[in-house]
Amino acid sequence: MSHDMSKDTLPESHDSHGTEVAAHGDPFADPGLPAHEPRRTDIDERAAQRAERQVSLLFILSMLSTVGFIASFVIFPIDKIVYIFPIGHVSALNFSLGLTLGVALFCIGAGAVHWARTLMSDHELPAERHAIEADDEVRADVIEQFKTGAAESGFGRRKMIRNTLIGSMALVPLSGVVLLRDLGPLPEDKLEHTGWDEATPAKPIQLINMNTNEPMKPEDITVGSLSFAKPEGLEEDAHDFQVQIAKDALMLVRIAPGDLKDKQSAELGFEGILAYSKICTHVGCPISLYEQQTHHALCPCHQSTFDLADGARVIFGPAGHPLPQLKITVDEKGFLVATGDFDEPVGPSYWERSR
Amino acid sequence: MTASSTKGAAKPASTRAKPANKAESAADWVDGRLGLYTLAKSNLRKIFPDHWSFMLGEICLYTFIIIILTGVYLTLFFNPSMGEVVYHGSYAPLDGIRMSEAYASTLRISFEVRGGLLIRQIHHWAAIVFVAAMLVHMMRVFFTGAFRKPREINWLFGFLLLFLGMFDGFMGYSLPDDLLSGTGVRFMEGAVLAVPLVGTYLQMFLYGGEFPGTDIVPRFFTIHVLLIPGIMLGLLVAHLILVFYHKHTQWAGPGKTEKNVVGMPLMPVYMAKAGGFFFLVFGIISACSAIATVNPIWAYGPYRPDQVSTDAQPDWYMGFSEGLIRIMPGWEIGLWGHTLNLGVFVPLMVFPLVLVAIAVYPFIESWVTGDKREHHILDRPRNAPVRTGLGAAWISLYLVLLIGGGNDLLATHLHLSLNDITYFVRVGFFVVPVITFFVTKRWCLGLQRRDKDKVLHGRETGVIKRLPHGEFVEVHAQLPAAKLHTYTAHEQPQPLELPAEFDENGVKRKVGVIAKTRAKLSQGFYGEGTQIPKPTAEEHHEITSGHGHH
Amino acid sequence: MKKLSARRRHPLAALVVLLFALAATGGLYAAFAPAEKAQADSSVQTLAIEEGKKLFAVGCSSCHGLNGEGSSDGPSLVGVGSAAVDFQVGTGRMPAQQPGAQVPKKKTIYSQPEIDQMAAFVASLGPGPVVPGKEQYTSTNPDDVAKGGELFRTNCAQCHNFAGQGGALSQGKYAPALDGVDAKHIYEAMQTGPQNMPSFPDGIMPEEQKRQIVAFVRHTTNDEPNPGGLTLGSLGPVTEGLFGWIFGLGSLIAIAIWVAAHTTKAKKS
Repeated sequence: MSHDMSKDTLPESHDSHGTEVAAHGDPFADPGLPAHEPRRTDIDERAAQRAERQVSLLFILSMLSTVGFIASFVIFPIDKIVYIFPIGHVSALNFSLGLTLGVALFCIGAGAVHWARTLMSDHELPAERHAIEADDEVRADVIEQFKTGAAESGFGRRKMIRNTLIGSMALVPLSGVVLLRDLGPLPEDKLEHTGWDEATPAKPIQLINMNTNEPMKPEDITVGSLSFAKPEGLEEDAHDFQVQIAKDALMLVRIAPGDLKDKQSAELGFEGILAYSKICTHVGCPISLYEQQTHHALCPCHQSTFDLADGARVIFGPAGHPLPQLKITVDEKGFLVATGDFDEPVGPSYWERSR
Repeated sequence: MTASSTKGAAKPASTRAKPANKAESAADWVDGRLGLYTLAKSNLRKIFPDHWSFMLGEICLYTFIIIILTGVYLTLFFNPSMGEVVYHGSYAPLDGIRMSEAYASTLRISFEVRGGLLIRQIHHWAAIVFVAAMLVHMMRVFFTGAFRKPREINWLFGFLLLFLGMFDGFMGYSLPDDLLSGTGVRFMEGAVLAVPLVGTYLQMFLYGGEFPGTDIVPRFFTIHVLLIPGIMLGLLVAHLILVFYHKHTQWAGPGKTEKNVVGMPLMPVYMAKAGGFFFLVFGIISACSAIATVNPIWAYGPYRPDQVSTDAQPDWYMGFSEGLIRIMPGWEIGLWGHTLNLGVFVPLMVFPLVLVAIAVYPFIESWVTGDKREHHILDRPRNAPVRTGLGAAWISLYLVLLIGGGNDLLATHLHLSLNDITYFVRVGFFVVPVITFFVTKRWCLGLQRRDKDKVLHGRETGVIKRLPHGEFVEVHAQLPAAKLHTYTAHEQPQPLELPAEFDENGVKRKVGVIAKTRAKLSQGFYGEGTQIPKPTAEEHHEITSGHGHH
Repeated sequence: MKKLSARRRHPLAALVVLLFALAATGGLYAAFAPAEKAQADSSVQTLAIEEGKKLFAVGCSSCHGLNGEGSSDGPSLVGVGSAAVDFQVGTGRMPAQQPGAQVPKKKTIYSQPEIDQMAAFVASLGPGPVVPGKEQYTSTNPDDVAKGGELFRTNCAQCHNFAGQGGALSQGKYAPALDGVDAKHIYEAMQTGPQNMPSFPDGIMPEEQKRQIVAFVRHTTNDEPNPGGLTLGSLGPVTEGLFGWIFGLGSLIAIAIWVAAHTTKAKKS
């Protein structure tokens, strides 16, 4: 019963061949490890030599492939595009580097495995498992040792030490938590305001076309059209452009008077032009898959669907409330303007959101 | 072999034989400092059983190594900054476009660093295969019952690796700050905001202010390249140590018992096979990266919060959470001036539950069945119909959610209505796992019956014989003893019984609700209709003595 | 259609235009036609409208009404302009075959001259977007691709996907893929907003920007190489996941089976 593997544990000891059934006794009894059967390479030296050549050939292929990798790296300019059927117009460098590296690695692996499968011993060996659980003696010994140590420390007896240690260990991680405070500012009312919040009826903010960077005229926005706007003064190169546009982005549509279903929403608009927040109220994707015949706007991320003719009511999907709408009108020059902020926070809802 | 026998052998040998060559003397030198020989004694010829499904874990290990190697390379060129630049690099279709430095440096890796695109693609393909292999590996362990004692803790380590792997993948996907991944980061903002009470605080602290801010990419970078891989590396080492310590499980078969493990030695066979397999995996992933594009960030464009592309999906391993989000109805509750966004919060909570359900399964099963023994012989899935049914139900749930997560692509490619798919998934979420459970269980029983037939009547040879009175019969050949043993090696445990209602003194026992539930569940696991009784030796004798013909 | 575009560059373009009565579609063609031919122009235009009306009566009126006034089966065509006709009939969407969530693209059944005649007729019903001239949708500035990409991601990618591969809309509707679509038709779609697609009139997206978008779409669906290898449909992570599972993990498992399998024995037992 030796633990290590030596020649005398080879399966010869289990000599049952495994094809005959004992006439008496348990027919399902374990017949023991089957006897080893030789492979061709075990008995035929020529087969073994052939396998050896195959393995070496694979290793040689790998070497050649590595040379190919280095050659490709040197030869191909990075922007060279070649046509490879059926993949298409690919980068010559990426394709050749990837394939040569792949072949170089694959052949090492294939060679090693072929070697193991054909030329290394394939005798199946049994190894005994060790017991994972300790025996009772060891167990008792360890518990005794622990008790001795615990008694010597006096941890259980000296309650004051114990309690203050627990207290100090419990408090010390708080420093780490406190240090996290400056990860970001407090939310305060940041989520309730957008770039439109400085607009007043006296000092309105113009709607600027995202495409042209120009103010917009109502007559440009035809029924069935779709356009996007940002507030006047927000420029792409502003340092906080990304943060601002994440809240300010507008989607403008014009809906024929007969199709408008929500009176309140119509009043916020101007002659059927409605300005909705482009930010989905579900988790904030820019929603703008506008179906101009049904007036539905769909979010590409989770398919929340809003009926823009009906105050952007949610008609499908996981969004919980309509898209906020911006009140718009025209200024004296005839450009579309906002006279105030959205009357509710834009984007996904959150705990402090009151409506 | 026992603890006491190794104790005595610790004395240093002063009369050591002279080293035969330089290699031996080098080994002696190491042994004198690290105890090399003692370490190698039990490991050099360690036995591993041969089965392809035992190599799934190796795919995970090797892809993880590939990811680390290529990841280190990528950090040499990637600039994890959200500072904005105007691009004037070699990719003309984005010339003059504003973008973050993270995105610009990823373009640089793809178009200006020779081999950069290849390494990026190897990194990403390896990540996709890594998580897939972990899931398949976990399923192998699940369906064969390899998670049972003593391997429950290793199952948990493996589960944590899967969980962390998914999140690390998500963060890696977010780093280039392209239009697709930015949309994912935006989703995460919405999800964090939906957390009751502290959502807005968490969001501000995570993003360093309002979305998107300029902190999230550098923060994700640190977590992606240092924190999570560090934890994963530790777990991985622990996972492997335990695999070595427990020794591998094996299938039932002739000569294989709970007390041994039968296979080939580490040196040389598994060094060559497992070592070679690393190169095979690396080779295949490299070839994939030569042939197929992954994550063409240049085509997505840089992230802007007001832009989006349809087909906005995460990498596949987050797909089931995407499905959960997409199928959830838009419930939102107003509470005393507060908003509870159930439409996001419920999926956010169900998402970890789906995973935790599978993680805690070993403990539930051992509690229900009361089985506290060690198991080293694997179950064939058919011989544990309830477990197999539960596992299949879990997979079906996962697949249904994946369908939900890809509903838009299914709609366009199968010419279906997006809305119909979503409705189907909403119902399917509840119904499909139940159906799958029962179908799988029945199927397992059918397979058990077939095994029983084979054991009793032999296998069909395909040879048709005509009997003297004209009847045609197919000749059945008796199975060899090895097969007979393999097919009957499994146990068929009995369900737990509740203690008798009255004890020996005639006093009514109090049986708690928990004990009752446990007995009920145990009935469900091992009670009536969960297994086909194994053929007995008597049955076998009776039939074989009647010349195996009926 | 390509042939037609080529002919327009021909010295005899004016004559061809006259013959096919493209002038009916408005101002653009006036530029082609010398002023002194205006008289002839208008008579040819009238002729084209007459021809178009006949074609319309046979092919379109059952749904859109004899005078394009619309019915319960089809919308009114008053004011949709010649560009809408050229797009709808030119891409084979019209005449529609069967009711459904959306009228799909199919084989064109009318010749371009016939389409032009119908366009002339519909244009005569009321003013609307005019079929664009080649210079309107043909980009010569190499910077247009980058600018068009930016505009595409703002205005188009949400439905048509980042690489113009199309995407799903509600209730079985979809935004079609843009590969293989004629530059002219892309331009006309933006002008007219066919079916559920919104329109992008010149007031909110000037001609130049439409041309840039066309340049980007043509580049991305036609000329753009795929340096990394197969694009897998340019559909994002879903097809990448499928590829990773089937070809990546699939081949690795196949290899694992080879690695673990026992080598064939010299003689079978």
